[in-house]
Amino acid sequence: MTLLSIQNLKAHFHTEDGAVRAVNGVDMDIEEGEKLGLIGETGCGKTVLGLAILRLLSENTTVEGRILYKGQDILTMSDHEIRKIRGKEIAMIFQNPLSSMNPVLTVGTQVAEPVELHQHLKKKDAMQRVIEMLKSVKIPLPQERVKEYPHEFSGGMRQRAMIAMGLICMPSLIIADEPTTGLDVTIQAQIIELMKEVLRDSGTSMLLITHDLTVAAELCDHIAVMYPGEIIEYASVRDLFKDPKHPYTRGFLDSLPDRGLKPIAGISPSLIDLPAGCKFHPRCSLATERCRKERPELIKVGIKHYVRCFLYD
Amino acid sequence: MKKFIARRLAIAVIVMLGASLLSFLLLYLAPGNPAHAILTAQLGHDPSLEEVAFFMAKHDLNNPFLVQCSQWLYMITHVNLGMSFRTGEPVLVEFIDRFPATFELASASMLIAVLIAIPVGILSALKQNSMLDHISRLVSLLGVSMPNFWLGLLLILFFSLKLGWFPCFGYGTLSHLVLPAITLGTGLAAPLMRLMRASMLEVLRQDYIRTARSKGLSEQVVMWKHGFKNALIPVITHMGMQIGHLLAGAVIVETIFAWPGVGKFLVDAIYARDYPVIQGFVLIIALFFVLSNLAVDILYTYLDPRIRYDVENGK
Ligand SMILES: Nc1ncnc2c1ncn2[C@@H]1O[C@H](COP(=O)(O)OP(=O)(O)O)[C@@H](O)[C@H]1O
Ligand SMILES: [Mg+2]
Repeated sequence: MTLLSIQNLKAHFHTEDGAVRAVNGVDMDIEEGEKLGLIGETGCGKTVLGLAILRLLSENTTVEGRILYKGQDILTMSDHEIRKIRGKEIAMIFQNPLSSMNPVLTVGTQVAEPVELHQHLKKKDAMQRVIEMLKSVKIPLPQERVKEYPHEFSGGMRQRAMIAMGLICMPSLIIADEPTTGLDVTIQAQIIELMKEVLRDSGTSMLLITHDLTVAAELCDHIAVMYPGEIIEYASVRDLFKDPKHPYTRGFLDSLPDRGLKPIAGISPSLIDLPAGCKFHPRCSLATERCRKERPELIKVGIKHYVRCFLYD
Repeated sequence: MKKFIARRLAIAVIVMLGASLLSFLLLYLAPGNPAHAILTAQLGHDPSLEEVAFFMAKHDLNNPFLVQCSQWLYMITHVNLGMSFRTGEPVLVEFIDRFPATFELASASMLIAVLIAIPVGILSALKQNSMLDHISRLVSLLGVSMPNFWLGLLLILFFSLKLGWFPCFGYGTLSHLVLPAITLGTGLAAPLMRLMRASMLEVLRQDYIRTARSKGLSEQVVMWKHGFKNALIPVITHMGMQIGHLLAGAVIVETIFAWPGVGKFLVDAIYARDYPVIQGFVLIIALFFVLSNLAVDILYTYLDPRIRYDVENGK
């Protein structure tokens, strides 16, 4: 069953320099229990897409399209309704746990908030839940650590606390934004192991946002590749590595360390001044006249494999 | 923490000694002879040369600078601020007599400032660029740029002379307190409000506010539980530093409204060249300044858990 269905989603920021078109017509489904990786270069709109799902974008943003959660459009919900979804049905794990946690509240207080709010637990019971949760994300001495403040935690422990905070209400969908970015390599590996473990048994779906394809490959079933504001390829992890279709995806794979570290020529376009037609055409060696004029649609090229490129038309 | 406080108190002693030595030096170098000034006031006519000489000798004013300095140091280290030239009373007693009036004025002003600045600053931030925001910013800009004495005179003109609602000077009843407290309070409120607004806006931009919203918390909980305490930290610092300025402001406001507090007595002492009073009061005001800053630093550790003074290098 489809849990979340994003249809023709657009998110534009109004700034002094003009409209920043961060998300430009994204179509994407997440099935129940599916782990979907959203990958793309820094600045291509991944975080904005994640925030749009929970309606957490700032006031100066126009969001269009539909985000159907269990059939209900999140974008037309009342403020009251969306607050019942946040933290309870869909939770978010943010990039950079240090700045994403309140410096003047204890970790315990912050992790407890979702259960106090949505499951109406009393402070004491909530704290008991928090301690169990911290134990399950392998934070040592949880009874002591709930009383500490975020700055007293190490980077890895903070990320674990963030994960606990996201999972404490057992949401149906968790959006994890770069959960391993900024951590030491060994800590990164530990967090990936932990996420594998906590997600394996729960039926929770996940949207994993990352610029690191290897992290997505470890944790996800399917991968959506984003290029300025669009999904340009969608495939299972296996298909994506074995048989990438889009010239950008191929270039992205070739730029990985174990595949030769060959960077893609050119730079990503500015979101204020996006090229017409296929957004990748200025960097694409196979571009034709048509690519400069028309925007390609997502084309089915295999079982659950889609690509936005005229080569397969 | 104990070590921190001890170190700060040691610094406080140095600051106070420095401040009083400086004021001593300024007086020594300033033109005007205390004997002449005080005797003229006391006698009602110019004193004779003998009278001046007698006064100078009696108060050790003929001694060389360094001797006078060390006499002063000897005295204050024995908790003795000397006697006022004018009244003949001990300086400490003069201060203690007048302190309640100043304390009353200062607390009322601070209260007015806090009651105006914090709610308006927060509302202004939450409703950024609304009519309320524009008006409150304009008013606070006026408040920041308008000198205290000017506002005080305007208030006297309007509310006291024209409308007759409040007495224009004096001390004793609550209605005497209104105009001076408003004068001093609005002067404090204006910068405080701007700071509260800016600080709240800054906090609302932080990632942890977004995290709080992502849990489904209502806007009220996000503002008060997650925003307010963080936004208050710089505001409290500012208020702590304002305590010193509050005393300086009191000097002016007390003079305008003939408020019988420390500030007015200090101004009178300056006109009269009443050296012991000036030096003693400067010393006590410096003490207040240092202690209030210390109190704010200690309060800090309760507001912001990241600040701990007992950890090595952990500032
Ligand atoms: N509030 C905002 N106002 C204007 N531009 C924004 C805002 N938030 C994000 N952007 C821009 O949107 C683009 C996409 O950002 P983001 O989604 O964070 O990228 P990433 O894929 O690295 O997560 C960036 O160029 C960023 O500058
Ligand atoms: Mg991002």
